[in-house]
Amino acid sequence: MTNISIPEIDIDTNRSHEPEDWRRFFGFSTDHKVIGIQYIVTAFFFFLVGGVFAMIIRGELLTPESDLVDRTVYNAMFTMHGTVMLFLWTFPVLAGLANYLVPLMIGARDMAFPRLNAIAFWMIPIFGIVLIGSFLVPGGPAQSGWWSYPPVSLQNPSGNLINGQFLWLLAIVLSGISSILGAINIVTTIFRMRAPGMTWFRMPVFVWAVLSAQIIQLFGLPALTAGAVLLLCDLVAGTSFYDPAKGGDPVLFQHFFWFYSHPAVYVIILPVFGIFSELFPVYARKPLFGYKVVAVSSLIITGLSAVVWVHHMFASGTPGWMRMLFMFTTMLISVPTGIKVFAWVGTIWGGKLRLDTPMLFAMGGLVMFVFSGITGIMLAAVPVDIHVNNTYFVVGHFHYVIYGATVMGIYAALYHWFPKMTGRMYNEGLGKLHFALTFLGTNLNFFPMHPLGLQGMPRRVASYDPEFAFWNVIASLGGFLLGMSTLPFLVNIVGSWVQGKKVSANPWRAIGLEWLIASPPPHENFEELPIVVAEPYGYGMNEPLVSNADKL
Amino acid sequence: MINTSEIDNSIESAAQNIAHHDESDNRMFGFIIFLLSESVVFLGFFIGYYVYKTNAVDWLPAGVSGLEIREPAINTVILVSSSFVIYIAERCLRQQNLWGFRFFWLLTMLMGSYFLYGQIIEWQGLKFGFTSGLFGGTFYLLTGFHGLHVLTGVLLQSLMLIRSFIPGNYDKGEFGVEATSLFWHFVDVIWIILFLLLYVWQ
Ligand code: HEM
Ligand SMILES: [Cu+2]
Repeated sequence: MTNISIPEIDIDTNRSHEPEDWRRFFGFSTDHKVIGIQYIVTAFFFFLVGGVFAMIIRGELLTPESDLVDRTVYNAMFTMHGTVMLFLWTFPVLAGLANYLVPLMIGARDMAFPRLNAIAFWMIPIFGIVLIGSFLVPGGPAQSGWWSYPPVSLQNPSGNLINGQFLWLLAIVLSGISSILGAINIVTTIFRMRAPGMTWFRMPVFVWAVLSAQIIQLFGLPALTAGAVLLLCDLVAGTSFYDPAKGGDPVLFQHFFWFYSHPAVYVIILPVFGIFSELFPVYARKPLFGYKVVAVSSLIITGLSAVVWVHHMFASGTPGWMRMLFMFTTMLISVPTGIKVFAWVGTIWGGKLRLDTPMLFAMGGLVMFVFSGITGIMLAAVPVDIHVNNTYFVVGHFHYVIYGATVMGIYAALYHWFPKMTGRMYNEGLGKLHFALTFLGTNLNFFPMHPLGLQGMPRRVASYDPEFAFWNVIASLGGFLLGMSTLPFLVNIVGSWVQGKKVSANPWRAIGLEWLIASPPPHENFEELPIVVAEPYGYGMNEPLVSNADKL
Repeated sequence: MINTSEIDNSIESAAQNIAHHDESDNRMFGFIIFLLSESVVFLGFFIGYYVYKTNAVDWLPAGVSGLEIREPAINTVILVSSSFVIYIAERCLRQQNLWGFRFFWLLTMLMGSYFLYGQIIEWQGLKFGFTSGLFGGTFYLLTGFHGLHVLTGVLLQSLMLIRSFIPGNYDKGEFGVEATSLFWHFVDVIWIILFLLLYVWQ
């Protein structure tokens, strides 16, 4: 409903007649807010599942010997850990936040395709079951890591057609379809459903970031799907696309895989950048520094993300010119990223900081992101990468990004919008405890991986040389702490949802369309479509955001 | 988007018009995004084909000297012309000429089906299979994946044909028809690239 305001025909008073009870969360609802919460809760369940796998991995690594689980089980554990955490936790939880927030932030009543939205969501539990179900097939789950590089992934020791690797591929393809449907929906919504007056440069940065991230899904996932189909043919039909013994080219799979999976890290981090950009202005009471630049740099990152993937393949027999080229492009991507970091620091700088839980998580996430950005630049340098490729240094790098920045950013968002989603306030004390445990646990768990990698400890091993024991023990203890850290969160969220203090429409005194309507927002969000008259983040400027605030 | 419970009649239909119009526009927008995304799958396969073909040690399986081009060329002409026929069908619909639409639409379906038939005949006559090295693998993968799209197109077309018999159904234009037709052009363009890669570039 772009740019047309139709107040005369909008006299629709009996909205919000839909049953507002908890049962709608368990059915085929087409309300984007219900679907958003369904995404988030489902994803959190899988976060816990993936966390159990992580506990087993860290338990095994507590001692140098392989003594806790069988090596094949260990392989399955890290494979399933990575796959579950990415495809069943990070992507869905971010899709959930986008689903919940984007229509509210652009002043729409729902997504462009509500039914498609529900279908995309319900595919998640389905492929989750397919993936987890691989524990029940003979030979157990896939063991070739979340990359599934051939020829390792082509081995089929059990000889069954339905094996762990097969189910893994099936789950990935289903996940891809679900994500593409979601991406089509979100992109269409952002392009075509903005409220009157909501021009591109009045959109909150979170919306820009989600748009950029979903565009990546649209061009990246099909490439992964193509690569996965070839792998599936090799595995099931006996073709020789990737089988070097029969003339195939295993490195081609790596290209397919990273052509998507590198950009995928931006699918993950861009919405988190969006979250940072939303939260810092609220808790520093200042406009976002350099709003337009921050908004556009998301799109620049999207463009660049498509031309850096070979930095994961520096050691895959890659020719010299390719190494140089991709080293250069990878370093280039830190420019728009660095700009954003400066903008956030500039926003926080000299502000009246309010250190509530969301702000703590956002600031902690920012610090962790800067650290991982530095290790990322190190890895982008070919001479360094040749040395630490496939060691724990890489594992340290990406866990700082994915736990340190992304999970912390997601927690920040969940606390920040919890009052909006539920109409109740969370418990601040438990929130702060949660932050302290998470921050400590993340650093204890993932910092030791850097020295380990530099000393040469390879990743994906169940046993290691005793000289690596010191840092591994610390990492494992940190890991267990991190496992514990989800408890105060769970207690807090469940408890506060049931009996937290009721809140007003705008407990944070934040500026944004979603804060102009009741908490939780009514079905179809807005009584009358908002007419936006100002840029976002007008903190301290005393200008109205919409011209019809009293009619929403 | 707009809830239409007991409101004044004229207002309701006005709202409905806007909502309907807007929604079908959204659907077209979404469908185009979908096709763009889908084209990347083909692009991936094409690039894979290119890499294999230029790097493989044994490209053609033993005893195979290349592909026969005559029959596939006829097939190509038929598929490409069907894109013009479906365009005429769409124009008829826009001029409210329902029988004209049905005639040309059915003609498109027949041409598409003939293409599929020709594809199967070609497959049956070949001396190599899906597992005959990289050549066999990529050949059947590309033609098979494309054929699946043609089949989808024909099925969609029959659905749209059946729906044209619901009275008044297509009076205000029809998203399904437009989308099917766009999909058909897409499948056509993909085939042209595929034909050049597989048959012409030998
Ligand atoms: C300044 C930005 C960044 C740079 C320069 C960078 C660079 C790199 C490089 C060169 C590697 C390959 C290391 C190797 O395998 O030898 C790598 C691995 C990785 N990075 Fe980053 N990175 C950056 C940001 C991110 C972000 C934002 C994420 C995720 C949200 C991320 C996630 C990953 C992951 C998951 C891997 C390892 C994948 C695997 O091997 O399993 N990185 N990074
Ligand atoms: Cu990367």
